[in-house]
Amino acid sequence: MARFVVTRLALALAVALAVSIIAFLLLRLSGDVATALAGEGAQQADIEAVRKIYGLDRPVIVQYGEWLWRVMRGDFGTSLYFKTDVASLVLSKLPTTLVLGLSSLVFSLLIAIPLGIIAALYRNSLIDRLALGLAVIGQALPNFFFALLLIMVFSITLRWLPVSGSGTWKHFVMPTIALGYYAAPAFMRIIRAGMIEVLSADYVRTARAKGLPARLVIFKHALRNAIVPVVALTAVQLGFLLGGSVVIETIFALDGLGYLAYQSIANKDFPVMQVVVLLLSLIYVGLTLMADIANAWLDPRIRVA
Amino acid sequence: MVWHGRWMMGGKWIVGFVLGLGILALGVFVAPLPASAGKADNSIRFAYDQAPENVDPYFNNVRIGVIIGQHVWDTLIYRDPQTNEYKGQLAESWKQIDDRTYEFTLRQGVTFHNGDEFDADDVVYTLNFVSKPENKVVTQTNVSWIDKAEKIDKYRVRVTTKKVFPAAVEYFAGPIVIHPHAYYEKVGPKGQNEKPVGSGPFKVTAYSPGKSITLERNPAYFKASPKAQAKINRIDIRFIPDRQTQLAEILSDGLDFIMSVPKDQADQLQAVPTLQVVSGETMRIVFMQMNILDNTPAPALRDERVRRAINHAIDREAMVKNIVGAGSRALATICFPTQVGCTDEGAARYAYDPAKAKALLAEAGFANGLDLDIVAYRERNQTEAIIGYLKAVGIRTNLRFLQYAALRDVITSGKAMLTHQTWGSFSVNDTSASTPNYFAFRAEDITRDEQVRDLLNKGDNSVDLATRRDAYKGALKIIADKAYAVPLYSLPVYYAAAAALDFKAYPDELPRFWEMRYK
Repeated sequence: MARFVVTRLALALAVALAVSIIAFLLLRLSGDVATALAGEGAQQADIEAVRKIYGLDRPVIVQYGEWLWRVMRGDFGTSLYFKTDVASLVLSKLPTTLVLGLSSLVFSLLIAIPLGIIAALYRNSLIDRLALGLAVIGQALPNFFFALLLIMVFSITLRWLPVSGSGTWKHFVMPTIALGYYAAPAFMRIIRAGMIEVLSADYVRTARAKGLPARLVIFKHALRNAIVPVVALTAVQLGFLLGGSVVIETIFALDGLGYLAYQSIANKDFPVMQVVVLLLSLIYVGLTLMADIANAWLDPRIRVA
Repeated sequence: MVWHGRWMMGGKWIVGFVLGLGILALGVFVAPLPASAGKADNSIRFAYDQAPENVDPYFNNVRIGVIIGQHVWDTLIYRDPQTNEYKGQLAESWKQIDDRTYEFTLRQGVTFHNGDEFDADDVVYTLNFVSKPENKVVTQTNVSWIDKAEKIDKYRVRVTTKKVFPAAVEYFAGPIVIHPHAYYEKVGPKGQNEKPVGSGPFKVTAYSPGKSITLERNPAYFKASPKAQAKINRIDIRFIPDRQTQLAEILSDGLDFIMSVPKDQADQLQAVPTLQVVSGETMRIVFMQMNILDNTPAPALRDERVRRAINHAIDREAMVKNIVGAGSRALATICFPTQVGCTDEGAARYAYDPAKAKALLAEAGFANGLDLDIVAYRERNQTEAIIGYLKAVGIRTNLRFLQYAALRDVITSGKAMLTHQTWGSFSVNDTSASTPNYFAFRAEDITRDEQVRDLLNKGDNSVDLATRRDAYKGALKIIADKAYAVPLYSLPVYYAAAAALDFKAYPDELPRFWEMRYK
């Protein structure tokens, strides 16, 4: 088990490192960083000055190496755009994103679990088809489009919810739905499949035969077993939701990590972008690692695979 | 197998749960949103798509930075946006002592938002601080011409320019704001960003970087200022990156004012009774460059007939009318018409004439047309219209739509063929801020005509107005006659605002909230 954890940990670190290298290179492929920093209309002299000030005149590999070395010593640098310490900037935006990520996760579980169970109970019926239809729509609709639809209905037409900002809990309702709905289908399908399998198992039949009420059989005996794979999926989906917040936060002008990522890309603020990408990839990798370990702990066959 | 019969009881329980969840969710929405701002409390809720990196006007290069700067701070001189006449603002009067020296007599009795009294020390400290390259002012062009500022007495200052700089007054009336010296010395640009202090008609009362900034009316604003005393109590500025979101906000009464609304959306907003849409011309000009350098990847462009053909191929008037929209006008030279020295008098004009364009191409040996790349970075629908016009005369183009930084790389490295460019002159109303950028052998000059360069330099470096006008006129005439570029039109900006708000649009793209009021 220890060996498995160490191998997985090393692999996770390698993934995070690879992601940071790719991000570093991609940002440079989309145009000269010094020109972007100097802004539209800057004279050549301004651009050269910016290049020198920020050390952008050195080879890319040297710039990356220096960045990595500083990060390993806990120095995340200064934002080129906001001119503030990157670590505190990123930390100040993290709570909004975490609130959004967790509330979306809860929202998607709240729809997925009941719908998944109903779909399994009424397999191949109209209810099952409806639930499946909802799932297909959820995955087919791009979340930015769904977000705009929500805004049209609930803000412009009904005027129930504020369009953008993060001042009150009401500001989080639409972003949560837009983001969470997109994640729900995966949960729903896995619960439906799990329930169908479990419901035909012998111990469920026994429980029914003992005369236990259906509610008890479904929730205590069946769901408990059907939900095990959901735990692993939750870890992965949470990472996905945190990463997916870039678009949603930008649309709803939520001042979180995703919006910061969007701004840092637009402004070529690579110290910020690097840290955001690194942090999001570490969270994702960390959650996947936890899921792997949990699965391995639950099922010894995975450890040798 | 029929499952639902067996599980009916459990199923009902879950259906009930889902319904309950739905009702709960609806309950959340029952209370309608309170109408808490806007006309009701005499404030303006304004959104912009970008956040400034630093509120200190010397340390950002975005339009919203200019807007905040002009409301929170003051300049020595003020240019009346209607008459273009210069008036004293922090300076009561000024005079030019010699080619490179200006003397300002400052206004007395002006105070900064923190209570500090304004005098010569503030002007001297600010100008000497920002003009030092080591202080890293973001847009060096705005300050690099200043040599030094000296105090004569408490209310008199002398400013020397490095070389003859006729546009100085325009800069004193634009980007050169004055900071309170004691505070600025103590906190620097970082502190000015965290807790901004100026002397302007509004003061900053709350600021959350990247998110929002609140400006409140400065009740102690000096009466003699050419900027009016503010009538609006408060401006809540939020940074909303997505234009659709801004639109949704103003449609749902979450905002009172937005700007730079795309034309198609502005057309739709016209129909909303609670809103008004106003368009205004801006100083931003649109034009096409053609690479005729020795190593140009498109040698065909070195042929004047091909360049003239391209000029004849595009119907500027139709583009202005159908795509660009109200507030725009067609241009014949590469500068903005109100800029000092800008003229199209005597310059060749190229009427829309596709037949003539085809004939010129055939004469140049391209009867079967030719293939060219075009690079562009904004207003893609306009680029596509240009591509359509070129195709109609046989010029097949390959569009490379890039980020601004990437576009600039392509141009400055000499790899561009045709460009679809725009230039806003930083709202500086002087030709030295526009034409020379593309024709005086600077990085983006892909024409490089020595005669044009010499004339532009003469215009930039003379103090005599008549000499300047003559020089610029000569340069602009050569550029037009030799068809070095394709002047297109000026860009308008569309504003959408609450119908009850009384406001006026100006070419410098600066909404003047101090003038606005609710009807």
